Amino acid sequence: MKEPLRITLLRHAVLLLFVAISLYPVLNVVSISLRPGDRLRSTDLSIIPPDWTFESYVKLFTEQPFLRWLGNSLVVSGVVTLTGVALASTAGYAFSRFRFIGRKATMLAILTTQMFPATMLLLPLYVLIAKLGLVDTWLGLMVFYTATALPFCVWQMKGFYDTIPASLEEAARIDGCSRAQAFWHVVLPLATPGLVITALFSFMTAWSEYIVAAQVMQDESMFTLPLGIKGFQASLSSQWGLYAAASILVSIPVVAVFLAFSKYLVNGLTVGSVKE
Amino acid sequence: MATVTIRDLHKRYAEGFHAVRGISLDIADGEFLVLVGPSGCGKSTTLRMVAGLEEVTSGEIRIGDRVVNDVAPGDRDIAMVFQNYALYPHLSVRENMAFGLKMRGTPAAEIDRRVADAAAALSIEHLLARRPRELSGGQRQRVAVGRAIVREPEVFLFDEPLSNLDAKLRVQMRAELARLHRRLGTTVIYVTHDQVEAMTLGDRIVLMNHGVIQQIDAPLAIYRRPANRFVASFIGSPTMNFFPGAIRDGAFVVDGDAARLPLADDGSGLGSGQSAALLPQGPAVLGIRPEDLVVTGDAVPFTTAVIEVAEQMGHETLAHVSVGGSSHVVRVPGDRAASPGDRLSLGVRPGGVHLFAADDEGRRLN
Repeated sequence: MKEPLRITLLRHAVLLLFVAISLYPVLNVVSISLRPGDRLRSTDLSIIPPDWTFESYVKLFTEQPFLRWLGNSLVVSGVVTLTGVALASTAGYAFSRFRFIGRKATMLAILTTQMFPATMLLLPLYVLIAKLGLVDTWLGLMVFYTATALPFCVWQMKGFYDTIPASLEEAARIDGCSRAQAFWHVVLPLATPGLVITALFSFMTAWSEYIVAAQVMQDESMFTLPLGIKGFQASLSSQWGLYAAASILVSIPVVAVFLAFSKYLVNGLTVGSVKE
Repeated sequence: MATVTIRDLHKRYAEGFHAVRGISLDIADGEFLVLVGPSGCGKSTTLRMVAGLEEVTSGEIRIGDRVVNDVAPGDRDIAMVFQNYALYPHLSVRENMAFGLKMRGTPAAEIDRRVADAAAALSIEHLLARRPRELSGGQRQRVAVGRAIVREPEVFLFDEPLSNLDAKLRVQMRAELARLHRRLGTTVIYVTHDQVEAMTLGDRIVLMNHGVIQQIDAPLAIYRRPANRFVASFIGSPTMNFFPGAIRDGAFVVDGDAARLPLADDGSGLGSGQSAALLPQGPAVLGIRPEDLVVTGDAVPFTTAVIEVAEQMGHETLAHVSVGGSSHVVRVPGDRAASPGDRLSLGVRPGGVHLFAADDEGRRLN
């Protein structure tokens, strides 16, 4: 049935409005990053200011330890992502496929950790990390981030495995696989969308986190990107140009990762394997 | 090829459900054995224990001379076709069929040859490059069978492989499986709840209920001499007519004196070689298959009844009649008029009488 023109126009208008609402802040930041000096506010409405310059970007790489922070963030986020995927994919599998004593209780306990706001967990976790002697180390950050991202990832992976028919593994075992081989050759490839979500979530948890990093890290050379960027904002004179340029650069890897993984996020990978 | 021997097999689940209660079976080399029964009877559990997918609580399973209770599924030299096909969705048809051979380290050339042979045997050569989701139900079923036969196992296990196909395809695949078995001669254990599959495919049928074997015999033998009332009611469509009543003075009297069937020793009714004198007197249940309950000719006269509903099938009419307050089915030849309201004089064909005990077990009496 063909939609009346009126409705089409209305639908597009609404969509455009939301696009504008989402894009406006980003464009504003782009605009600030291109202004010379540290002009946060401007009476000029143009996105690219008439006197635009890459000065802030150049300064970021030449005068600030931006590349070091970027490297630090990549290491921390990379390790958190790998650990998250490895642990969530195996723990989720155990919760989905095995029936053991304490299974329900453990799953509930994992869920319960999600009910506390992160700021409330800050103090106890900081004490833990301090006692472990991990303050001002990347390991401390990694433990913190993995611990906060993992509960969601485990539940998410468990839910994903639940949708993969057990008969596929049974077929693999009859075909000569051990339980571990069946998991590796049959279950994991089918769980790719779940793994991608887990990876993205773990990456994002570590990549954009500020509050915890601000407590754990003290040495500036060990700073992750959010910590480093926050340094541009001082009580008296904020370096808005640098701040904006860094913000734009920080979001690029995230967008790239999303684009690269988006094709794996397509659902329905198991369609056709079994007939329900 | 191998024999399969099952001795006193039990399966009890953690939550206490006793699914299989001490079954023993000897399956000959090359035999096509069908496990049949209603859902929850333990047939699939038994098959899964043979496959190694379900742990054995007690008892013994041998494939050939080897006790396999604690052998991993992959080392039992069996192949299984699942009800839902269980094809690997991320692999092509060729990779699906080659998977088991690859896991066993078969040389690539040998894998190619075997996959090609199996694909040719099942006419699926043109599907080899496709993924399972690009196949129809029937094609998936063929691929699932193909994946089993490339392995050239000692025993094939089928777990209700045709129940997801539509009626027409099922008939076609049934014939194909029978042909395949004749050609390969491999031992087959086949689970189904469909009595037609059981009757048409099996060399022997094992009929199970509540985790216990009710009868093991050739299909026709089970049909002609069911061991108890459960077997009699399960095999045969439409199902056997049962008349509760009693054996008294050389006759079976239906409850409330609704009908009377003489149980003479002359071979009529009871069947030759059987003596009414040996039957226990008292309450019993008379069973007569719809085709043995005939509009009298040379049959032993039994009762008269009015047709309540007539189902015209073309080659025959299934007439539902009421005798002694319960409904029964009579097969009337298609060329004979039978409409609701008609009164039929019914008799029993020689040998068509099945007598069962009136208790819950309902063991056969004649």
